[in-house]
Amino acid sequence: MTETSVEAGVDAASADVAGVETASWFALVGTHLQKDLRIEWRSREAIQSMLFFALLVVVLFSMAFDPTAAASREIAGGVLCVATLFASVSVLNQAWTREIRHDVLDALRLTPADRSAIFVAKVLANFLFVTVVQVLLGPVFFIFYNLRPLGDGWLLLAVVPLGTWALVANGTFFAALSIRSRNRELLLPLILFPIFLPALLAMVLAVKTVLTGDGSDPHLLWLKMLAGYDIIFMTVSLLLFDTVLQAE
Amino acid sequence: MPAVDTGSSTGFCPADAKVPLARVTELSRLFGSFAALRQVSFDFEAGKCYALLGENGAGKSTLMRILAGLLPPSHGTVRLFGDQSPAEACGRVGYMSHAPMLYDELTATENLRYFASLYPRGQSLTPESALRQVGLDPALPRTVGKYSQGMRQRASLARVLLAQPELLLLDEPFSNMDATSAHRMVELLAGMRAPGRTIVLTTHQRELALPIADHLLTLREGRLDSVMDGGRTHA
Repeated sequence: MTETSVEAGVDAASADVAGVETASWFALVGTHLQKDLRIEWRSREAIQSMLFFALLVVVLFSMAFDPTAAASREIAGGVLCVATLFASVSVLNQAWTREIRHDVLDALRLTPADRSAIFVAKVLANFLFVTVVQVLLGPVFFIFYNLRPLGDGWLLLAVVPLGTWALVANGTFFAALSIRSRNRELLLPLILFPIFLPALLAMVLAVKTVLTGDGSDPHLLWLKMLAGYDIIFMTVSLLLFDTVLQAE
Repeated sequence: MPAVDTGSSTGFCPADAKVPLARVTELSRLFGSFAALRQVSFDFEAGKCYALLGENGAGKSTLMRILAGLLPPSHGTVRLFGDQSPAEACGRVGYMSHAPMLYDELTATENLRYFASLYPRGQSLTPESALRQVGLDPALPRTVGKYSQGMRQRASLARVLLAQPELLLLDEPFSNMDATSAHRMVELLAGMRAPGRTIVLTTHQRELALPIADHLLTLREGRLDSVMDGGRTHA
């Protein structure tokens, strides 16, 4: 190929790319999310394993403590959050397994599409999976611990999703960070748990406030803290994701 | 630029006046203290088919991954389509590894529809058209996980063809295939020869590469050991 023809080829290719319609970032997120949900719908691996594990934790704790005791109300928020945390780790560990198996991640890296959409879609998918488990687990949890919210029950609708987002956003990012490690299943909780600790504390204390109705606790502060945590860590994860993806 | 230190070369030498489709210069790649590639220099011309031969660990896959932009070189440079880096040429390069690079849980059509939506609309083939090109039925309801190895490789090739790449990098396209499937793949690749499309493939099976390759490049311990004319040149 002559120099002229190579240049002509480059120009033609640029013109082609300019002439074609590029999918919007939101459409890309939708494409990745749809794929993740379709795969989960067919395999049901994530939700089933998480649900059974979380149920087991809740039931075991309800047997270990007297559910009618006042102390039970104090610890119930912690049990719910820790059950969610442990159950989620099993799924977050597998978050990128399908992309690693058969080198699908390499195929994704070779496309011109914005890679941040892959991360956001994966976080959204994991968030949905954990939320489904929480919705199924919630009634069981309230029955086993004889609970009813003494405080503002609606706050749970803000606290639990914000805390869950903090968990899955960090978990999905650190799972991507550890995919090339041999001990990734051990590495993820080692990195995730300490970093998630501030959000976990805020979540536990906010849930406890709702359940006990203790008006002295500044539950709105915990909510603000969770929202701030989510914004900061999601932004940092988005900024670093492409670098993590390119790492060899 | 000199093509290579050819050793037992039969005299292949790209014309200096031409700008190659891909040019690698003094390319080295280290993994810790292990050198997978050592100062490889070569020009890949447009419209030609190159077969990279060599034993396991010779550096074939490393070179392919560097050309695809999946791996940065430790030293040296890669320029594609004139003066683009592999990252800039993203979308014009198709890479097929020995793994299928597809989701097991989706059908071939679903996989290809997903990947097609990641390219600008109008730039890529339709999934159905790409699958037909490799002889697969787009209506097949089986998921890729239930495909035979030969079918997986063909589905993977269809994924590569989606974006109509000008540079096709095929890493071990005949791996784990029975003789019939391997010959079917050879026929497919021969049919994919087109003006302006360059194919670079790696294989252990020299006899399979001979009918389609214009040039055979042999890598040994990370060095380009020889460059010879392939069977197609003499055809």
